[in-house]
Amino acid sequence: MLLIRCPYCEEERPELEFRHAGEAHLVRPSNITAMSDEDFEGYFFIRSNPKGLVYERWRHIHGCARFFNAVRDTVTDKFVTTYKAGEPKPDLGKPKARLPRKSARENVGKGKPAKGRAEPR
Amino acid sequence: MARAARRLSEQINLSRRPALEGSETVMPWVTVRPSGPLSRLSLRAPEASVSALSKALGVTLPGKPKSSAEKAGRAVLWLGPDEWLVLDGAGNLASALQGVKQFHSAVDVSHRNVGIVVAGEGAEAALNAGCPGDLSLAAFPVGACSRTVLGKIEIVLWRKAEHEFHVECWRSFSDYAFAFLTEATRDAGQP
Ligand SMILES: [Zn+2]
Repeated sequence: MLLIRCPYCEEERPELEFRHAGEAHLVRPSNITAMSDEDFEGYFFIRSNPKGLVYERWRHIHGCARFFNAVRDTVTDKFVTTYKAGEPKPDLGKPKARLPRKSARENVGKGKPAKGRAEPR
Repeated sequence: MARAARRLSEQINLSRRPALEGSETVMPWVTVRPSGPLSRLSLRAPEASVSALSKALGVTLPGKPKSSAEKAGRAVLWLGPDEWLVLDGAGNLASALQGVKQFHSAVDVSHRNVGIVVAGEGAEAALNAGCPGDLSLAAFPVGACSRTVLGKIEIVLWRKAEHEFHVECWRSFSDYAFAFLTEATRDAGQP
């Protein structure tokens, strides 16, 4: 079972206690009534959904019940880090050192052959 | 007419029937029994109110995740950064915080929950049949408590002794919890 570190419980807990809660760091517009429909659609419906690192809200719903934020790799499903709600986006420093599989992909085409994993098309 | 109504009222049994009344599972290494009635408070409060609430309850509200405090039959379990479950076996908690002026929310949930005691050397194994957390003494020591899951339901788990756990579940889930734990005891043999 996947273990997820809850920043409020200060320990890794089984994934069954958690629930996904959408993309993190979305800023609610200060004046929604003045927005164009296109801008509102962008804020309300359109999500980045990238392949790789995503910033997400999660909730420790069957534990301390708190919402928090997490950085997760959608390719490996690995949680890179979790942090309390309201805290700024963490500086991930050297992602290549932390995510060897991604750095291997990034090296493709730079003269260094990737080992054991084909370049996704 | 009045006499008929009186006779009807005499026929209605108004006594409370506790959930899981009379239920009991006894295996060589583990037993499952209802805890009996408890007075319960769901307590939410910011940091600034904690000392006043602790004084009124007579128990210091624990601030550390997964920890509990107990004094004279009254226990306070940490559930979240500003949330506690208060349990009392004898007293009535409904009025315990009436005089506290500091901001807080206290809801009497005495009859929302049902307590189940899982005891014996196989208790840890029985609970782990449906609870995914690490319940070893190192990770979940005596006094540890947490909201977590048991099979398909949410519970609050509290380790009262090395081989004794208290399970709190919602009343309507108590039959499921008891039946699940009873099934689990069949596999929870000698550790
Ligand atoms: Zn938590």
